[in-house]
Amino acid sequence: MAALLQVEGLSKSFSGLRAAQDVSFAVAEGGIVALIGPNGAGKTTCFNLIAGVYKPDSGVVRLGGERVDGRRPDQICRAGIGRTFQLVKPFAGMSVLDNVVVGALNACRTVREARSHAEKVLKILGLADKRRQPAASLTLPERKRLEVARALATKPRILLLDEVMAGLTPTEIDRMVELLKELNAKQGLTILLIEHVMRAVMALSLRVIVMHHGVVISAGTPDEVTRDPVVIECYLGEEAL
Amino acid sequence: MTRFLGGISRRDWMLMLAVLTTFLAAPWFANDYLLTVLILILYYAYTGQAWNIMMGFAGQLSLGHALYVGLGAYATAALYVHFGIGPWAGLPAAILIAMACGAVIGFLAFRFGVAGVYFAILTIAFAEFARIGFDHFRWVGGSAGFFLPVANYAESDLLNLRGKPVMFYYVMLGLTVAAFILCHLLLKSRIGYCWQAIREDEEAARALGVNTFRYKMYAVVISAGMTSVAGMFYAFFYNNLFPEQVFSIGRSIEIILGPIIGGVGTLFGPIVGAFVLTALAEGLSDVMLVLGVEVPGVKQVFYGICLLLVVVLLPNGIWPPLAKALGLDRNPDDKRGV
Repeated sequence: MAALLQVEGLSKSFSGLRAAQDVSFAVAEGGIVALIGPNGAGKTTCFNLIAGVYKPDSGVVRLGGERVDGRRPDQICRAGIGRTFQLVKPFAGMSVLDNVVVGALNACRTVREARSHAEKVLKILGLADKRRQPAASLTLPERKRLEVARALATKPRILLLDEVMAGLTPTEIDRMVELLKELNAKQGLTILLIEHVMRAVMALSLRVIVMHHGVVISAGTPDEVTRDPVVIECYLGEEAL
Repeated sequence: MTRFLGGISRRDWMLMLAVLTTFLAAPWFANDYLLTVLILILYYAYTGQAWNIMMGFAGQLSLGHALYVGLGAYATAALYVHFGIGPWAGLPAAILIAMACGAVIGFLAFRFGVAGVYFAILTIAFAEFARIGFDHFRWVGGSAGFFLPVANYAESDLLNLRGKPVMFYYVMLGLTVAAFILCHLLLKSRIGYCWQAIREDEEAARALGVNTFRYKMYAVVISAGMTSVAGMFYAFFYNNLFPEQVFSIGRSIEIILGPIIGGVGTLFGPIVGAFVLTALAEGLSDVMLVLGVEVPGVKQVFYGICLLLVVVLLPNGIWPPLAKALGLDRNPDDKRGV
């Protein structure tokens, strides 16, 4: 399968600290790829570089062959990259439905169309009965789902999920995993996710990329990377080998 | 009309009709003084509504809205006095000038990331520039003031805005209703959703495809244009303009008090706030007069106390809890108690 998202030699430094260094990977169309690594490995930085929050010092980001690096976040969203935030950012004063309508407006021509699309997305995410509540009244798992709903409503070609499982109970994690699997299978949605919850990574990902200190140290199937000595060392220390 | 104002329940309709009828009928039972107070209420309701677009909808705090009132006032007055162009004919020019000025402020701020209180300071700075500039602008009288010809008019001349208070009253009522409808339509449109998203979380809005720069520019430009219309009214109602008064920060503060007291970001808030503040302040003046007490600054102290009480007791303003009490907050499509 052709690569939908291609990242080549992406680098970013923050006043001397190299947050991402020559990062390269590709996400195939219709694939699910997980980006894992210890805290501070540069995963979220990579997301922000792809989503246009930061401009890369060097490197190229391609979506469907077209260069998107250096564009603004709203332009990148319109190009087809939807993203969620690790620290959820609901529009607290707006209703759950209106939150999703904002995302849907990206892909719909009229507000009416956006509302009906948003209703559909809320149904998929299981938030339909909460649609009239203010987003501020949602619980954390619901807020995580709202993040996914909003990003999904923009009709992205690829969805970037930043730790959507963190803080969820095992049952909620299973539910989210099922949901993402379904979106991937039924709608052919390509997903790139940052995740610490290995249970979810193992269940979801066809391919795993491991980062450490801003560098990609390993890549492969979930089984391969968990057996890779370099990965084990960076997670558990040298003695574990 | 029903389609345009969709999303409003029957109860809301009845209430709005009742309020509107009361206002329409007011001149029949109000004397000139009361009418002037009502004009003042409507004036602050209108300017508050215009300011609310920036702060309440798009989350951009402007503390210099007197600038746009002043520009609208001076532009229409100068066109009238110097060229004999009537206020309504001169209004488009005034609106364009105010919009251009808003666009300059917006561009400087939003292009270079001036946000929050720093943006507010920038708006104050521009109002102050204008105040000092107009002090030395001889063509419109400088600091000595600019005056419109005054005479006793037997007939009301709507075209030239010359006439009795009752004409001004209906003009201001029309403007306030128009502003209300415009704001309602804006809130329900794409622009309204984008503004609210920016207000709530700009980074998240951007990630969802909202061009935040463009929508913030829309907010400041529309708000500036609307406010300048109030300036035209101000010039032709008071017939005199002094830079010290028109552009003073006190005026800017007066504009924002109504929506703050009434409820920032709501459609009814600016109206309720203007009503409460003006009616109570004028009522207080009356009581003082009857009691024979003359204390300067009582109005200001009263404003201060009102603000304090609202901030402490009703942090979202008077309207949201009032709407709840009246059973008007059950409409599913409404946003923030509107």
